[in-house]
Amino acid sequence: MALFGKKKLTTVKVRKREMPDGLWIKCPGCDEMLFKQELEAALNVCTKCGHHFQLPRMARIALYADEGSFVEWDAGLVSVDTLGFTGTSSYVAKIKENQAKTGCDDAITCGRILLAGRPAALGVMDFEFLGASMGAVVGEKVTRLIERGTAEKLPVIVSCASGGARMYEGLFSLMQMAKTSAALARHAEAKLPYITVLTHPTTAGVMASYATLGDVIVAEPGALIGFAGPRVIKETTQQELPEGFQRAEFLLKHGLLDTIVARKDLKPTLATVLDFLQPAPAVA
Amino acid sequence: MAHYALPFEKPVAELERKLDELRHLTNKQNVDVAHEIARMEQKIAETRKEIYAKLTPWQTVQVARHPLRPYALDYIRDMATDFVELHGDRIHRDDRAIFGGLAKLDGQRVLIIGTQKGRDTKSNLECNFGCAYPEGYRKALRLMKLAAKFRLPIVTLIDTPGAYPGIESEERHIAEAIALNLREMFTFPVPIVVTIIGEGGSGGALGIGIGDRVLILQNAYYSVISPEGCAAILWKNRAYADRAAAALKITARDLLQMKLADEIVAEPLGGAHADPKLMAQTLKQSILANLRDLQTYTPEHLLKLRYEKFRVMGVFEERQKAVASAGP
Ligand SMILES: [Zn+2]
Repeated sequence: MALFGKKKLTTVKVRKREMPDGLWIKCPGCDEMLFKQELEAALNVCTKCGHHFQLPRMARIALYADEGSFVEWDAGLVSVDTLGFTGTSSYVAKIKENQAKTGCDDAITCGRILLAGRPAALGVMDFEFLGASMGAVVGEKVTRLIERGTAEKLPVIVSCASGGARMYEGLFSLMQMAKTSAALARHAEAKLPYITVLTHPTTAGVMASYATLGDVIVAEPGALIGFAGPRVIKETTQQELPEGFQRAEFLLKHGLLDTIVARKDLKPTLATVLDFLQPAPAVA
Repeated sequence: MAHYALPFEKPVAELERKLDELRHLTNKQNVDVAHEIARMEQKIAETRKEIYAKLTPWQTVQVARHPLRPYALDYIRDMATDFVELHGDRIHRDDRAIFGGLAKLDGQRVLIIGTQKGRDTKSNLECNFGCAYPEGYRKALRLMKLAAKFRLPIVTLIDTPGAYPGIESEERHIAEAIALNLREMFTFPVPIVVTIIGEGGSGGALGIGIGDRVLILQNAYYSVISPEGCAAILWKNRAYADRAAAALKITARDLLQMKLADEIVAEPLGGAHADPKLMAQTLKQSILANLRDLQTYTPEHLLKLRYEKFRVMGVFEERQKAVASAGP
């Protein structure tokens, strides 16, 4: 389940090397050298080949929210080392390290936005924070987001990314899948729209709960999306994985996604979809 | 008595071997060693009690995976009557890693669902070592909907290393199959009693693991990741599974203490495999007692309590943001 371990962190580091603080970045999609400022102006999408780099948390919020409309909810929730987890380093140290790295408390930021004038409850997961693994804080914030969305009759949008459950919180982390899904059952019962955006990568426990329960599920091009990690599947089955396995395009072909949308088109697409998914009028 | 000994059961196995010798001697030479035999039997019981009283978390995992441990269908055989198995997800296939059907427990009608492991190569190939594909979870969902429609309480028996991580699993969307069960299990207006009877392997277990009561057998475990998987990530070595098992807090006692399980079902001395019939009776009584209690609630109340039960799971700190106060 948990895919966010050392191996994953290594890939994060590799990706960081692709994006040094220098002026130029080499695109893994087309090997072109890209001018960093230009890349950022293009929402971290390669202007040559369309490769989608990860988008930092605040830029991601700005991608969906009308300027100045974001009001944060449930800030100040912090992870606790409830198991007293001792591995090669302590969980507390990991949390501190990731808080220092990202300047954020945990792997998700939630709030209310206007999306092209339409009010919505938004959650944005950040892979930079411990691989956006889901512990009690992520689970609680997603649950509160959905509950408040239900109470205020708002559409809920979750921009997903995750390496899986947060192993350091043991079975508590698994139970966040239950908790968030329970809240979605009530949101669905209220006939309110729920949309998920799957970004690179969205896997494991998050994928097997709220990421997959969207009324409409949108993915970014090239995003790795799945339950088990490709390495685990390869080791278990001793099979070669098919070309493009677990990429957004593969999932679309197999009928597991509604649509793939390029980053620059996400906001207008969500706005259009929201216009169709109106809450049913209350019966008088 | 079990003839398969786990490494830490060696002292018991050694005593049992001596006991066999004594008995053999009695038969062959007609020497009266009844006294010796009785003494040996008592020593075996004491040794076993001693070992099982202080199992480490990793030893508990080994007991939970004991090749002679009763599996879900063994419990059906020993505690249920009128079992009618209902096959298939009506879409793709009949997954043998998850079975389900109608059954009676002391006359109480229930719908029962379980994950099933195999005893030998043939049966393990059939049920994929207890690792279900999406169609297993979809079969479970289909049957639970049936239970909801006809107001049958749902009983689930969980013993799986996890959902199957394979190419076809992904192609048929294992994540969706599990996610849908999680959401829908919060909507069924009938009592649900979940029991972890052996291995509670992560999302694959949780996929039929939402209930009003979550019971766990004394030597079962329930974890977000296998101890070996955790060890591979943390120490880059699966051999450190014992450390991982301890760190993850996955035993019945840990989970009860953290309120992630409601009740521990006692196992016979030496584990469930030492006396499967007794184990089945104990489990049946626990399930029935919980069902009797749950049947006193209205469906609405039941759903509310089920929501609240899982809603509070998770420990975190909430820092009050410094808010400028107008007060003095
Ligand atoms: Zn490129």
